[in-house]
Amino acid sequence: MKRTAAEPVWRVTATPAALEAISHLVAERGSVMFFQSGGCCDGSLPICFDNGEFIIGGHDVLLGTVGRCPFYIDGRQYQVWRHTQLILDVGDGAPEGFSLPAGGDKHFVTRSRVFSAEERAALDDP
Amino acid sequence: MTTDVFVAPGRPGSLVEVKPRYENFIGGAWVAPVKGQYMANVSPVNGKPFCEVAKSTAEDVELALDAAHRAKGAWGEASLAERAAVLNRIADAIEANLEMLAVAESWENGKPVRETLAADIPLCVDHFRYFAGATRSLEGRLTEIDKDTVAYHFHEPLGVVGQIVPFNFPLLMAAWKIAPALAAGNCTVLKPASPTPWSILKLAEVIADVVPPGVINIVTGPGGEIGKALATSPRIAKIGFTGETTTGRLIMQYAAENIIPSTVELGGKSPNIFFEDVMAEDDEFLDKAVEGLVLYAFNKGEVCTCPSRALVQESIYDRFMERALGRIQKIIQGNPLDRATMIGPQVSAQQLEKIASYVEIGRQEGAECLIGGQPAELKGELAGGYYFQPTVLKGNNKMRVFQEEIFGPVLAVTTFKDEADAVEIGNDTLYGLGAGVWTRNGNLAYRMGRAIKAGRVWTNCYHLYPAGAAFGGYKISGVGRENHQMMLEHYSQTKNLLVSYSTKPLGFF
Repeated sequence: MKRTAAEPVWRVTATPAALEAISHLVAERGSVMFFQSGGCCDGSLPICFDNGEFIIGGHDVLLGTVGRCPFYIDGRQYQVWRHTQLILDVGDGAPEGFSLPAGGDKHFVTRSRVFSAEERAALDDP
Repeated sequence: MTTDVFVAPGRPGSLVEVKPRYENFIGGAWVAPVKGQYMANVSPVNGKPFCEVAKSTAEDVELALDAAHRAKGAWGEASLAERAAVLNRIADAIEANLEMLAVAESWENGKPVRETLAADIPLCVDHFRYFAGATRSLEGRLTEIDKDTVAYHFHEPLGVVGQIVPFNFPLLMAAWKIAPALAAGNCTVLKPASPTPWSILKLAEVIADVVPPGVINIVTGPGGEIGKALATSPRIAKIGFTGETTTGRLIMQYAAENIIPSTVELGGKSPNIFFEDVMAEDDEFLDKAVEGLVLYAFNKGEVCTCPSRALVQESIYDRFMERALGRIQKIIQGNPLDRATMIGPQVSAQQLEKIASYVEIGRQEGAECLIGGQPAELKGELAGGYYFQPTVLKGNNKMRVFQEEIFGPVLAVTTFKDEADAVEIGNDTLYGLGAGVWTRNGNLAYRMGRAIKAGRVWTNCYHLYPAGAAFGGYKISGVGRENHQMMLEHYSQTKNLLVSYSTKPLGFF
């Protein structure tokens, strides 16, 4: 698919199912935040917290927003993940870790896609 | 006569009884969750629920903390001999029920019984015995500050500790945490992982009569609810956690809010490094090294120290990998209750999905799939289970499949030129939990072992977890050590009595 130069490239996006889950969470609890986890067990999953629950450090990177909620990643992890776009989605089953559920018996998942060379060139921090 | 295939828990003739429903183990008794909620517990072998466990809430954590606080005075003052006796009795009870617990663990987690019978459960037994011994050797220290002044240092228990364990070794990780906590005179409130809450309750049934009430308390339920309630509680004096990095940070943040210590063990991406001289002879050692590479499939790759990056010296890459792939091809996948099975199902549907998505990322990144690469479709009773083919991806260390823990039977393999290259690639990771080095050259093995930034470097072996060998992470793999008597320090605080035996005033006032 051809992109126009004006079209921005997002480091993180969300599927309609994820956006719907976020809007329910926000309506129910107020704003939420996401942090991309790594390593072991539930690693590689996005963890959804009430906004402010997880303390953001100076080396964390704000990848973008999903449904107006911030999505962060550890700065060191960012360095090894930055060639991929993260796509927030929803999967079946309650969260196995500390994340808020994506409504009912659902959990948030991160899907990934490797950026094309063209997209990488268009990123602020390619 | 030994059984080749164990009967699934709960079925006629099984070694393992399954009740329809399990409550929390609090104060030595079975206590229903305050809000009366339960959740289905699924076996990954066939994807079907086989019992219910308590879906606890913060109120249940409070009940467990009440019980632990009631017990902490007497247990903290129990003599070293009494503590050791209880730990030994726990070990004896587990040993007497070894096959039953092994089958329960396999059924709930999916790991093959050949592992639980030979490793998980015997290691639990040994772990309690090790700490029974360690507690007998606990000694305080004293310093003679001057002729009339003595500084006495006593180990005092912390009191009540919180412990959160992962799903990959539900019983062994619980043993790693419970044994030192008790040995140091503490009472514990333990939360098992959400996918594997049941086998630890079977263990509680076995040890209920030999542990004073309230010393061990187990509360099951969702991490976000009861894990948080436990970790944030001002009524715990320490939190121990094994799991992934963000939750580890969260645990440390909660600990900081209450100003209590934490130990966290947070995963890895361990390099397994094979030097060319492993192929200098075609002998038993080469066979061991080939098996050493295939150990990435141990416990279906759900191991924090999974040797998930193989670095093979380029001069032997083709010949060595031919052997290794031949061995991987012969891995028997299937019912974990069959002694012949080498790899069972992943612990949950969520994990299976994550593994598949990683292999897909690897393909997009340009990795070459040498074997496997997709979920395994098994038939009959196993059709609904969460099986993934043993997989090998060839690529380079900058790919995400080389950098991120997949927690499945997926090996990322690459080559290196020489020793310096091996060190550089081996250390090019955020993690530092484990590593393996394989060579016939002792000098090289030593240099590599010291150069790799990881808490444990297995040398000419892998995946051994004996009590007495300290285990823990460098870099973002965690803080603290387990599996060693130094744990007693992690679970104690130091009381200093500074005593003057002089009768003379200081003379200041």
